[in-house]
Amino acid sequence: MALLQIAEPGESAAPHQHRLAVGIDLGTTNSLVATVRSGLSVVLGDEFGRPLLPSVVRYLPDGQPQVGYEAQEAQALDPRNTIVSVKRFMGRGLADIAHREDLPYHFHDQPGMLRLITAAGPKSPVEVSADILRHLRLRAEASLGGALIGAVITVPAYFDDAQRQATKDAARLAGLPVLRLLNEPTAAAIAYGLDNAAEGVYAVYDLGGGTFDISILRLSRGIFEVLATGGDSALGGDDFDHRIYCWILETAELQPLSVEDARMLLTRAREAKEYLTLHGVAPISAQLKSGERIDLKLSTEIFTEITRTLVAKTMQPVKKALRDAGLSISDVKGVVMVGGATRMPQVQRAVGEFFQQAPLNNLDPDKVVAIGAATQANLLAGNRAAGDDWLLLDVIPLSLGLETMGGLVEKIIPRNATIPTSRAQEFTTYRDGQTALAMHVVQGERELVSDCRSLARFELRGIPPMVAGAARIRVTFQVDADGLLAVAAREQSSGVEASIIVKPSYGLSDDEIAGMLKDSLLHVKEDAQQRALKETQVEAQRLTEAVSNALSSDGELLDADERQRIDDGLIRLRTVIENNNRRQIMLAMDELEADTKEFAARRMNKSIRRAFAGRHINDLDASSRLTTGEYE
Amino acid sequence: MAVTLSERAANHVAKYMAKRGKGIGLRLGVRTSGCSGMAYKLEFADIAHPDDVEFESHGVRVLVDPKSLPYLDGTELDYAREGLNEGFRFNNPNVKDACGCGESFNV
Repeated sequence: MALLQIAEPGESAAPHQHRLAVGIDLGTTNSLVATVRSGLSVVLGDEFGRPLLPSVVRYLPDGQPQVGYEAQEAQALDPRNTIVSVKRFMGRGLADIAHREDLPYHFHDQPGMLRLITAAGPKSPVEVSADILRHLRLRAEASLGGALIGAVITVPAYFDDAQRQATKDAARLAGLPVLRLLNEPTAAAIAYGLDNAAEGVYAVYDLGGGTFDISILRLSRGIFEVLATGGDSALGGDDFDHRIYCWILETAELQPLSVEDARMLLTRAREAKEYLTLHGVAPISAQLKSGERIDLKLSTEIFTEITRTLVAKTMQPVKKALRDAGLSISDVKGVVMVGGATRMPQVQRAVGEFFQQAPLNNLDPDKVVAIGAATQANLLAGNRAAGDDWLLLDVIPLSLGLETMGGLVEKIIPRNATIPTSRAQEFTTYRDGQTALAMHVVQGERELVSDCRSLARFELRGIPPMVAGAARIRVTFQVDADGLLAVAAREQSSGVEASIIVKPSYGLSDDEIAGMLKDSLLHVKEDAQQRALKETQVEAQRLTEAVSNALSSDGELLDADERQRIDDGLIRLRTVIENNNRRQIMLAMDELEADTKEFAARRMNKSIRRAFAGRHINDLDASSRLTTGEYE
Repeated sequence: MAVTLSERAANHVAKYMAKRGKGIGLRLGVRTSGCSGMAYKLEFADIAHPDDVEFESHGVRVLVDPKSLPYLDGTELDYAREGLNEGFRFNNPNVKDACGCGESFNV
């Protein structure tokens, strides 16, 4: 029995036609999936009701990866095969990864994106992310009772093209159609309904488990522009836990601890931190392996004191982002709090004091990004309410341009241009008789190519020899709604063309993606077959019930032979239903339907005769006479 | 003739209505479609039509159009949880058989 949701007036979906869409917050530490149910955005929990899915994947030699809490628990046991914070590697080469000597992984550098060597073979960050997304997709499908038409996936505002493309590839690999990639701070602003609010500048303060991001957004005419971003990729709630942990060590004067004791005390530290959100004093008790007992009390005052530098550290990027945006504190109309670590009272207070206003914090800061993404997904899936016909536009995060002579960047599409967009510019040849032109597509705000990120290279060949400056080469940059780029060049007089559909230098090649897709296709096929079988079984069940009902009410319309045939067909169908063989079930259904065709016709005649029995043609109303008019 | 909400269903409706910020109640109905002939309609109501039949159940105003009422009479709308999935369920005494999915039915 399907469970229904409340629709907007006049928008009840036809049976089996629900347009199920989700928003996914694919986080560094944790990921979430949310949807709109009966007009309300809700985060979908797992079978234990836990909303978060730790973004951790553990690869085992047999190939089937563990995802989430299960993998997280194995982290200490099997660090090499347990991938945490894979988001940091998305769209990145080995040279981009700072402090990689501190990480427990076996890296393999490959043109494009790095690989992680695991017990299940080399894995690209895209594949690891796809395993997380697949887990969330299955959770969503189980929660919503059907296949998804698509998802809105959030990415940090500062993600460049390569990182966005990698995120899209991961979704594709996970069998999840991407409706739109959405900037995380924009999603948080949507969750607070700021897109319906007046125009103005908003700050989004996002302190997660291991990362800190600040974004300054401007809303104007329904468009969120990202004015500036900043942050610290190695600062988060975990650092606060660590400060408490160090305080415990000092206060209790402990000797160096075993790994197990250290992990246990870190957990106690986190519990104390969470307890202090609502209480003035947190008790910390623990028993070490040596038998030594620890009984401490941590007050809010001490906690605030020992973490003062951490809180202050978040304010530097905030000041810088404001300066980059050319704004002062008084320009900021609202501050949105995102990330579980913003629950800490001292963080709330510091942010409030800095911006001289109370931050928006009445939504769960862990869920706010996923909720905003779900709201957007619901709209893009076409489930909008009357009067809600706006479509939120997004902007290009970083300028896109071409390399020109001297290693300079000519910007074609400036950052914060609304997308989708298309811009063209004319270039010419530099030398007499030049017949080819190399195009180097770059992304970034800097003037020198060497300071920007290289996205793609291609060549326009076959330009007719002309004097320098005579050729007119029109270069078109086109960006789709997800912020992904296609570049085309055309020499106007000869019509020679060349184009490239974003092949970011740090993305995956089409061949690699094709290979991965082929792997996943095996599973996709299994999934689809499984679904088709289920649908056929349901249909067959319905048919047997319908025929049984008809037999019991109108069985006298059949002679013994006919009855026997239908009874046999019913028995045959009932035996194959449980066989999990879709072909057999369909064959048996076809046979039964053929055998009952005549029976159905007789039943129809009988009910018509019954309806018309004893009535004269003149008794029928005008409308039915009209259709039988030719007999008059 | 009556159509009712279980207390649990009414609580959920009230929550959704509050979040939606507008609307006068809940509209239930049936229409012809689906693999077994008829399908339920479950919508927020912004306006009442003159010929609507109204019920009040646990504080929620329920509107039913007169054509649907014979098919829904005696129905209790419940809110249920099945594994990870949750949502509203029509407990309709008029239904003779439903399709496997339960989204459409016969009377």
